[in-house]
Amino acid sequence: MHQLTLAEIARGLADKKFSSEELTQSLLARINQLDPQLNSFISVTDDLALSQARAADARRAAGETGALLGAPLAHKDLFCTEGVRTSCGSKMLDNFKAPYNATVVAKLAEAGAVTLGKTNMDEFAMGSANESSYYGPVKNPWSLEHVPGGSSGGSAAAVAARLLPAATGTDTGGSIRQPAALTNLTGLKPTYGRVSRWGMIAYASSLDQGGPMARTAEDCALLLQAMAGFDAKDSTSIDEPVPDYSASLNGSLQGLRIGLPKEYFGAGLDPRIAELVQASVKELEKLGAVVKEISLPNMQHAIAAYYVIAPAEASSNLSRFDGVRFGYRCENPADLTDLYKRSRGEGFGSEVQRRIMVGTYALSAGYYDAYYLKAQKIRRLIKNDFMAAFEGVDVILGPTTPNLAWKIGAKNSDPVAEYLEDIYTITANLAGLPGLSMPAGFVDGLPVGVQLLAPYFQEGRLLNVAHRYQQVTDWHTRAPNGF
Amino acid sequence: MQWEVVIGLEIHTQLATQSKIFSGSATTFGSEPNTQASLIDLGMPGVLPVLNQEAVRMACMFGLAIDAEIGHHNVFARKNYFYPDLPKGYQISQMELPIVGKGHLDIALEDGTVKRIGITRAHLEEDAGKSLHEDFSGSTGIDLNRAGTPLLEIVSEPEMRSAKEAVAYVKAIHALVRYLGICDGNMAEGSLRCDCNVSIRPKGQVEFGTRCEIKNVNSFRFIERAINSEIQRQIELIEDGGKVIQETRLYDPNKDETRSMRSKEEANDYRYFPDPDLLPVVIEGAYLDTIRATLPELPPQKRERFQSQFGLSAYDANVLASSREQADYFEQVVGVCGDAKLAANWVMVELGSLLNKLGLEIDQAPVSADHLGGMLKRILDNTISGKIAKVVFEKMAAGEGDADQIIEAEGLKQVTDSGAIEKVLDEVLAANAEQVEQYRAADEAKRGKMFGFFVGQAMKASKGKANPQQVNQLLKSKLEG
Amino acid sequence: MALERCDVEKIAHLARLGLNEGDLPRTTDALNSILGLVDQMQAVDTTGIEPLAHPLEASQRLRADVVTESNQRDSYQAIAPATENGLYLVPKVIE
Repeated sequence: MHQLTLAEIARGLADKKFSSEELTQSLLARINQLDPQLNSFISVTDDLALSQARAADARRAAGETGALLGAPLAHKDLFCTEGVRTSCGSKMLDNFKAPYNATVVAKLAEAGAVTLGKTNMDEFAMGSANESSYYGPVKNPWSLEHVPGGSSGGSAAAVAARLLPAATGTDTGGSIRQPAALTNLTGLKPTYGRVSRWGMIAYASSLDQGGPMARTAEDCALLLQAMAGFDAKDSTSIDEPVPDYSASLNGSLQGLRIGLPKEYFGAGLDPRIAELVQASVKELEKLGAVVKEISLPNMQHAIAAYYVIAPAEASSNLSRFDGVRFGYRCENPADLTDLYKRSRGEGFGSEVQRRIMVGTYALSAGYYDAYYLKAQKIRRLIKNDFMAAFEGVDVILGPTTPNLAWKIGAKNSDPVAEYLEDIYTITANLAGLPGLSMPAGFVDGLPVGVQLLAPYFQEGRLLNVAHRYQQVTDWHTRAPNGF
Repeated sequence: MQWEVVIGLEIHTQLATQSKIFSGSATTFGSEPNTQASLIDLGMPGVLPVLNQEAVRMACMFGLAIDAEIGHHNVFARKNYFYPDLPKGYQISQMELPIVGKGHLDIALEDGTVKRIGITRAHLEEDAGKSLHEDFSGSTGIDLNRAGTPLLEIVSEPEMRSAKEAVAYVKAIHALVRYLGICDGNMAEGSLRCDCNVSIRPKGQVEFGTRCEIKNVNSFRFIERAINSEIQRQIELIEDGGKVIQETRLYDPNKDETRSMRSKEEANDYRYFPDPDLLPVVIEGAYLDTIRATLPELPPQKRERFQSQFGLSAYDANVLASSREQADYFEQVVGVCGDAKLAANWVMVELGSLLNKLGLEIDQAPVSADHLGGMLKRILDNTISGKIAKVVFEKMAAGEGDADQIIEAEGLKQVTDSGAIEKVLDEVLAANAEQVEQYRAADEAKRGKMFGFFVGQAMKASKGKANPQQVNQLLKSKLEG
Repeated sequence: MALERCDVEKIAHLARLGLNEGDLPRTTDALNSILGLVDQMQAVDTTGIEPLAHPLEASQRLRADVVTESNQRDSYQAIAPATENGLYLVPKVIE
């Protein structure tokens, strides 16, 4: 049963081949058995899952239908889940039982999805390797010595290892697409504002966006359908109708204009990855797509701008963790300053502290213009590049990552080396564009992903391209050994 | 050395919305601690702010009332600092691009002159919670009910030159926000709080001296006293060869002195940046037009109209226009009786001292405007004299009915029947034949005083009810005759 | 311009992060290496470019002024480190 995709599960449940409770029992047993190797879950919510599964079965028996009714999922552990620990991968929130549900959690629960648990992640979503979690690193099911990518590494590893069919993730600089690429999944970062951020613990508010991670584009469509939509509780949520993503999956790619940015294929890209990306382009051409080279000249500045904007917002977003109203509080504080400094110093890990300090510095008196304002100007240049490019192409295609998954610990000594892995993904966050990563082959047994970017609110187009591609390739169906 | 005082004020007014600026919590004062602190007010992980439209409308009203430019594109910024009453570790405020730009307010000084005070800006922000320093197991207790209450911070230019001017300005702002209905003005509950920036400089010097900020002064009286004691402190300090250092100070009304606030000692770096959880607030001209249409007449216009329409003195017009309730009361009295000067006199003097004695506000006055107007009408149509009116007024205040009822019941109606008055006068003259003789023998100069004696006797004999003019007239002809 | 140890201490204080003495050199190096990456921005010509704070450049939606929240103090304070009589407790604050 664990090999089933979300779409297959939906059919199985509809055809009464199995109940949600049976499926849930079986997946919980599998998580119990296999997750110790991976460390992809921070919390497994057996009781909640079983009660949701029974409720879903009852709803179905009462005549209700729905693609996600009774479908098992997990949430990245930064989506607040009422009554359940929502840790953000941090000691700071190890004791934090969220008093409310994130909109994404509520919407999926309403659709009848079953929450198996909360997945591991880089602490406060800061990382590209899932090594900064307080709960220990997550391992890549394709090679347990390798990182699964981050920050949604737990969701990626769990879905790749067939512990469950799909999970939610969040993407601030590539945190859905990069782990999807490194674990052979399909992952979608929607347009900024498409999915509500209410209850999604913030890293960098103007960049964060929740999205689906699954094995197929078809499953991502099902999940996004339930996650997306306007939310009055999020001022940055966009009041645009949500199209039927499943309905547009099979659209023809005849005449689709694909742009290949030359900057995505320059120095720094593993040539073996470049080769697989080119092969995927050939497949899409066979499906009728037309390819042309484009340029995104300001892409090279994106990492620098991102590592000002994201830490600046984070430094402020994470000020609320002060040991007063919730979360970790140090023992016997001598005075107020001691309470703050020790609670935060002991509660946050070193990468989080580094980014808070970079952000604090970038916003401090005398440096604001040179750092924060400058970064926002570059942000506009990057957006302008995309706007110009989309005048001539329908989607932009390139590698998701410059390198394969690396060995756990390999980049620990130099944070900057890890930052550079985000080079191809962060531009979509800076510009707020939707982006998708899909499986495109293997190098040395490790998965490679191809990234597609589209204009605002064209998630349907991304899913359509990926789905058609997945109809003629089988990379996405491959499972790691032992899972 | 002659010193000149320079004062600028930052006034925080809590806007009279039902719910908070970024959450749906109630803003009611005095509730049990933390019962009005929602997820958003507590700064829980994952929560997001959504702006209250009423706070924006009220800020725009204020901006229009002080003739200010209202920003088209308004940005909320985060002011970052750690304090236990600030749940998120930042306050959502406005830095660049505040909603209300440069404006001004005319204040009336005691000598009747008007001074224009520049208002630098006014911006929207959220209030903080409260720290309670009473002993909770040796700790400080934090109540976040107030956190997130909408504030309009009104920043003046440093254009006041005395504590009295500063108080007049605060009173004018207080009156204005109450006229607009955007703040209840309850200073005891902290609805209107004032930070005073005070410095001194030698008279004639152009540069400002180093200023100190006195935080959170919460009554008109304390504002005046706090500023004066701070001025005194700075003068003494400088004259003793010392130097004023820029700092935040707190006024202690018991000792009547300001002292340095230790907790605010270190230089702050607030790291303002645009709040990424909020988008720019765009205010269109058409929206402002609809608000402009709802603006009531404001104190300065009212003051002028009272002078031109009713012929009141600048002083009277200023006093009557100082609160919307008083102005409305006054105008209603005028509407009933038709005589503005008489109405002004009664509202300011008789009603004023009655309210003072009872410790009541004008909207709690025991005599309604209609009743007062009705009584003044009876003075004007000679039904009662001004003297009898005071008796009627007291009885109205005691709830004995309206003027006509009281006049009727107590038989206070003025006697205007000439025959009846003549009868009284004849009796008075007969009873005082000796004085009549003396009067008739006296010269013009002495007669004046003696005439008053007969009037007094006649009024006494009529129990004050005889029409004084008629008494005068008839008495004159009888004595001369 | 590289950060010195004292700069890092100042930043850590602003951010209320208690750093270990022993970690300071390593933290200083890491921050300098990040700032080195970030400083590449300075070479970009951004003359006449408006800063972009939000990707979609939409404007703020306003909420009706309605009270929608009720008292949830007990459940919110159940996850608090220290409370008494409905108040959150912190070490004594001296004003």
